[in-house]
Amino acid sequence: MKFKALLLATALSGTLFSVGAHAAELTVGFSQIGSESGWRAAETTVSKAEAKKRNINFKIADAQQKQENQIKAIRSFIAQGVDAIFLAPVVATGWDSVLKEAKEANIPVVLLDRDIDPSGKELYLTAVTSDSVAEGKVAGEWLVKAAAGKPCNVVELQGTVGASVATNRKKGFEDGIAGASNVKIVRSQTGDFTRAKGKEVMESFIKAEGGGKNICAVYAHNDDMMVGAIQAMKEAGLKPGTDVLTVSIDAVPDIFKAMAAGEANATVELTPNMAGPAFDAVVAYKAKGTVPPKWIQTESKLYTQSDNPMAVYESKKDLGY
Amino acid sequence: MKRSPAASLLARLMPVLATTAVFIAGFLICSAAYPNFASLRVVMNLLTDNAFLGIVAVGMTFVIISGGIDLSVGSVIGFTTVFLALAIERWGFPPLLAFLVILAVCAIFGAAMGAVIQYFELPPFIVTLAGMFLARGVSFLLSTESIPITADLYSHLADHAVRLGGGARLTVPAMIMLAVVLGGMVLLHLTRFGANVYALGGSRTATGLMGINVPRTTVAIYTLSSVLAGLAGIVFSLYTSSGYSLSAVGVELDAIAAVVIGGTLLSGGYGFVFGSFLGVLIQGLIQTYISFDGSLSSWWAKIATGLLLFAFIAFQQLTLHLARRPRRRPRLATAGAAP
Repeated sequence: MKFKALLLATALSGTLFSVGAHAAELTVGFSQIGSESGWRAAETTVSKAEAKKRNINFKIADAQQKQENQIKAIRSFIAQGVDAIFLAPVVATGWDSVLKEAKEANIPVVLLDRDIDPSGKELYLTAVTSDSVAEGKVAGEWLVKAAAGKPCNVVELQGTVGASVATNRKKGFEDGIAGASNVKIVRSQTGDFTRAKGKEVMESFIKAEGGGKNICAVYAHNDDMMVGAIQAMKEAGLKPGTDVLTVSIDAVPDIFKAMAAGEANATVELTPNMAGPAFDAVVAYKAKGTVPPKWIQTESKLYTQSDNPMAVYESKKDLGY
Repeated sequence: MKRSPAASLLARLMPVLATTAVFIAGFLICSAAYPNFASLRVVMNLLTDNAFLGIVAVGMTFVIISGGIDLSVGSVIGFTTVFLALAIERWGFPPLLAFLVILAVCAIFGAAMGAVIQYFELPPFIVTLAGMFLARGVSFLLSTESIPITADLYSHLADHAVRLGGGARLTVPAMIMLAVVLGGMVLLHLTRFGANVYALGGSRTATGLMGINVPRTTVAIYTLSSVLAGLAGIVFSLYTSSGYSLSAVGVELDAIAAVVIGGTLLSGGYGFVFGSFLGVLIQGLIQTYISFDGSLSSWWAKIATGLLLFAFIAFQQLTLHLARRPRRRPRLATAGAAP
């Protein structure tokens, strides 16, 4: 019996060493969804770095994609009496009762990256998310400029059918090119956000468009599909980046490598730094009672070959993408 | 080797006492590490957050004591939440009617699995594995999206709680779980059905020879497990106010772990409902510790649970071995001398 108590003690206290000093002024708990994608892993890394920069005591609970784990984590953050809670909700529904508990305990909640059902609007302080329509628009506007008035046939690699990100990035791009009659989308198909599917679909586009002669530009809803498409173009003897313009979204490290090699032209960043603006909002709220707007939109920054892509690659490669 | 009744009772309760000691030791360690840990609020959170797991663990205790296993419970929870969301939101069922319907559906599902295990003489592992895929598959067929439940009764039940001061609250899910644990203890330890469950786990053939209705008991055990899984599903849907086909994935394994940590023998014939309850709380305690710490990977919860499981199985085998040795030796000697 004692032996087993000891075993639990070792199982638990073996990890005690990592309990840091509690000298920081603010304590923020973050219920993260998990680490299902490179972007999310980068978000976790960047959030930790941003907390450190501001001397904030930051606690992360990885929910392993389970809502029940997120609810549990929020409850224990409340019990600990943290100063604020960040939540990247795995689903949009079912947060009312636990967020009410947080509100009762006077702990502000900030949503990161995703929104929840409108019924819970008064239960959180603000939501920090990107605007995927704006991302598509930035990409479209860049292409209009790059085409410089010449006729340009665009092929589009869409994200997963029905995913809101894909719908929004498509709409945004169409808005971006709406003013230019010389830029036209000639083909559009889903590449499921994956590299392999992006390559496959690009191969079929090249075949359908006279070996790629009629393609002026490729627009992909994410960088991964573009990396696959670049591969397909190279195999077909085309020169991506010079013969065919490319623009995609996300700004993952690999696309910067391609840009540095002259094989990709532009990418629009979906920043992994959602926590930075959230920390600022919480600090201002705690110090002066400043109520932030309900929606803090992150910047959709455009990167091109002239932005020193190799340096950006170096800065991003260790973030966990 | 004669033992006094008190000593033999103590020996019988040994595994549950060990689990209790582990829970108390764990709680003390956590309280020492974090000032806000030793509060009524944390204890009540443990009950609320693990209510659904506690309820299925009670059903799982019956199944495992009878020498079986039920892998379908997690999927049944998922199915229940999706069914309730659809029934209440889309088909216009009043929530209470929806509860009754889903419990009946679960009862039929469990009875069918029990009957297949009994009459086709198939291992419970395979039959309930099939049940697991079936229930999960059907819930995906019904809906792949998370559906919010907005019925008045839901928000009412979700917000209703006995406030105990200091932010601690005894919620409806926690109350249901405590009631199920108490009911399970009475059913297992004080009724004829409970005695039959133990007998079945000891030896199926001997149980039949003793005049116990084995088929009826088997069917009843799996029915009970599925109904409790359905009830856990109702609690889960209250907990998240929504139905989602991916909810409670892997909960069957957490429940089995809780039962074994609670001192129940996986081979059957021995165990306590209260032990399983403690097993659930210990898992919850580890998770709470990790979110209090905030810098540990949450996968440490799985690692700690795994280590505990190993420790308990080793402990069980050891006590079993020690308990059997003095008796077996003389019997073997006489058997050898007889011819």
